[in-house]
Amino acid sequence: MKELVISKIKNGTVIDHINSGKALLVLKILGIDMETSLTVSMAMNVPSSKMGKKDIVKVEGMFISDDELNKIALISPNATINLIKDYEIERKFKVTPPEVVEGVLKCPNPMCISNAEREPVKSIFYISMEDKEVTARCHYCRRKIKDLAKYIS
Amino acid sequence: MRHLISINDLDREDIRYILKKAEEFEDVARGEKRLKILEGKILGNLFFEPSTRTRMSFEVAMKRLGGEVINMTAQEASSVAKGETLADTIRVVSGYCDAIVIRHPLEGAARFAAENSSVPVINAGDGAGQHPTQTLLDLYTIQKECGRLDGISIALVGDLKYSRTIHSLIKALTLFDTKIYLVSPEALALPDEMLEEIDGNVQRAQLDEVIGNVDVVYVTRIQKERFPDEEEYRKVAGSYRITLNTIRNAREEMIIMHPLPRVDEVDPEVDSTRHAKYFQQAFYGVPVRMAILSEVML
Ligand SMILES: [Zn+2]
Repeated sequence: MKELVISKIKNGTVIDHINSGKALLVLKILGIDMETSLTVSMAMNVPSSKMGKKDIVKVEGMFISDDELNKIALISPNATINLIKDYEIERKFKVTPPEVVEGVLKCPNPMCISNAEREPVKSIFYISMEDKEVTARCHYCRRKIKDLAKYIS
Repeated sequence: MRHLISINDLDREDIRYILKKAEEFEDVARGEKRLKILEGKILGNLFFEPSTRTRMSFEVAMKRLGGEVINMTAQEASSVAKGETLADTIRVVSGYCDAIVIRHPLEGAARFAAENSSVPVINAGDGAGQHPTQTLLDLYTIQKECGRLDGISIALVGDLKYSRTIHSLIKALTLFDTKIYLVSPEALALPDEMLEEIDGNVQRAQLDEVIGNVDVVYVTRIQKERFPDEEEYRKVAGSYRITLNTIRNAREEMIIMHPLPRVDEVDPEVDSTRHAKYFQQAFYGVPVRMAILSEVML
């Protein structure tokens, strides 16, 4: 349980085992940008026995919601989430890609009804694992997408 | 069945059921027998892009069963629905009628329409997406003219890349024990993504290699606008044209199908041969649509 790269947090969320290079995207999913007042630490390309290299994100004072957790699974299906209270791990769990995501991904097909302006339509994608890669299929046009990071809206 | 959106929503049994029902309606479709089972029912045809034949075919099917039709043409759609969303149009029109047929340029529009409709929705083509009643009438034609669906070998000829007719037909054919030959210019080959998705006996071929052992030759139009240069188009289009010479080695019972309209993919000389079934195929659209309409509205 040694964690030398970045300091411990008192209360908040630690997201570990993020696929290397995806930490910035995790911050984006969490809605954290330059304007944030939260204390955020991030490490990229940390050596990992399991993954070779991984990213880590720690956010002081923020407890991740299930919705955000699902989104993280789309770009980093091996991520682990630790919720910290008083320096102790209160809850620890792995993310699992959800079967369906609504309003998370944007369909790349310009002719898809889900991209029609003004229609009261929410994007819906069916998620599946193919060769250890997360793929998604559009409910409306059936377009299949990989590398989901590109399509997170 | 409540809505008919995609051929992918149907299994073998659903398809067999619809085709069997269509058979029961055939003499009514020909006007030889009268039925009034949809009397008092109204069908709303919402065509956001023109497709006169499909619209007429639904209209005939509905009227042959004693029902009535209200139409919104593409022209009306663009002027009446100024600024109105598809969702709102559907909510309004589903209050006027007992089922809706929709044709729309955007993919997935029919599914979205179904989600906003209080009555059954039938997809009559959404963009490059789905056109399930076309596929059902294609299957019906094969079953009627070849006597079966299982054990059929079929050559799909022409534009296999962009033709949604072909894409859904392949999907449906692979539900049965069929052998599919893909005959197309390289530039218009079936997309890899589709090939990956289908689990069936499918292979690329040249038409002259397989013409002697197929039961069905299904021809689609090769569109000029798919080619960057006209010369290239001419070369390709000519080589996929069905003439008396192309079919000289065909089996006696081989049938030629085409979703119509044709431009010059099938030489008119072929029309008078026993192989030509494309006009029959167009007629079969009526009993098949009668089967679907009665299924969703009764
Ligand atoms: Zn889509």
